[in-house]
Amino acid sequence: MTGFLLAAAGPLDAAPRGFLSPTGVEIVFVLVGLAVLGAAVVSVTTRQLVHAALWLVVALGGLAVEFLLLTAEFVAWVQVLIYLGSVVVLVLFGLMLTRAPIGRSPDADSKNRWVALGVALAAAATLVTLVVDAFRTSWIDLGAGGGSTAVTGASLFRHWVLPFEALSVLLLAALVGAIVISRTGSGKAKPRPGKLTTRQER
Amino acid sequence: MHLLYPAVLAALLFCVGVYGVLARRNAVLLLMSVELMLNAVNLNLIAFDAWLRDALHAGQALTLFAITVAAAEIGLGLAIVLLVFRTRGTADVDRITALGDRAAEVPAQPTEPAADPAPKGQAVS
Repeated sequence: MTGFLLAAAGPLDAAPRGFLSPTGVEIVFVLVGLAVLGAAVVSVTTRQLVHAALWLVVALGGLAVEFLLLTAEFVAWVQVLIYLGSVVVLVLFGLMLTRAPIGRSPDADSKNRWVALGVALAAAATLVTLVVDAFRTSWIDLGAGGGSTAVTGASLFRHWVLPFEALSVLLLAALVGAIVISRTGSGKAKPRPGKLTTRQER
Repeated sequence: MHLLYPAVLAALLFCVGVYGVLARRNAVLLLMSVELMLNAVNLNLIAFDAWLRDALHAGQALTLFAITVAAAEIGLGLAIVLLVFRTRGTADVDRITALGDRAAEVPAQPTEPAADPAPKGQAVS
């Protein structure tokens, strides 16, 4: 019994594995992670707005590869379908409908970007220090079938059915809300505050 | 695989998202940075699900829920941004200050009630 418990708690124990002899999965993970991080940094710093959305595609696609490497295959394909398929398209449509300039826009960053850089660097230092200190010896045992679609589907529809259904209602509510927000009145052109002039004033 | 690699990557990605949220002016780019932060959290959830291997698979289920909530969030967020752009003519979060307190308009003595009958609210400029 004790041996069974020890075996069951195996991955939680301190692992005698070093960082100097990485496995193949770790090498691929680090390389894809560097690509994801670089794409994310370019995406938040570039001055060309459409390029930022396209670099976001690279970052999110790389994250899908990371999910695959962590044996979460269903989540990886959901990531590809929803993020790369719909969210980025929504963002591109949003950029298009708000008349984002094609090419370099000099006012893409606000004036407090140095404060933002300081906050981000401080948060990164704190979080990385904390995470390295906490999980230095933890080891993920990536066995076969740990996060496969069958296991995910079974747990999702056996234990998580009620949140799943509530989430579908939430999606419906968000859809209806988006339509209600973005429809344009009842045909009457009201005088609007702001810089846009309405058609009747022109 | 060491747990450190996905945890550090998620932390760094979250901080890149924090920088984007604080430094960008365009509201659509701000929403993109929020997506980066949500994805960092998703990576953390997946890594800890693979590490802990609980019977409920809470990490993967919560990741799916977070992705769904993020999709709903960006749909609603873009609808709000489009509405603001149509009414205000700009999508800069720095220039949408109709609800902000301007320093000149704050009364010097807060005890004195404001006797201004003019309607407050949207600043027509």
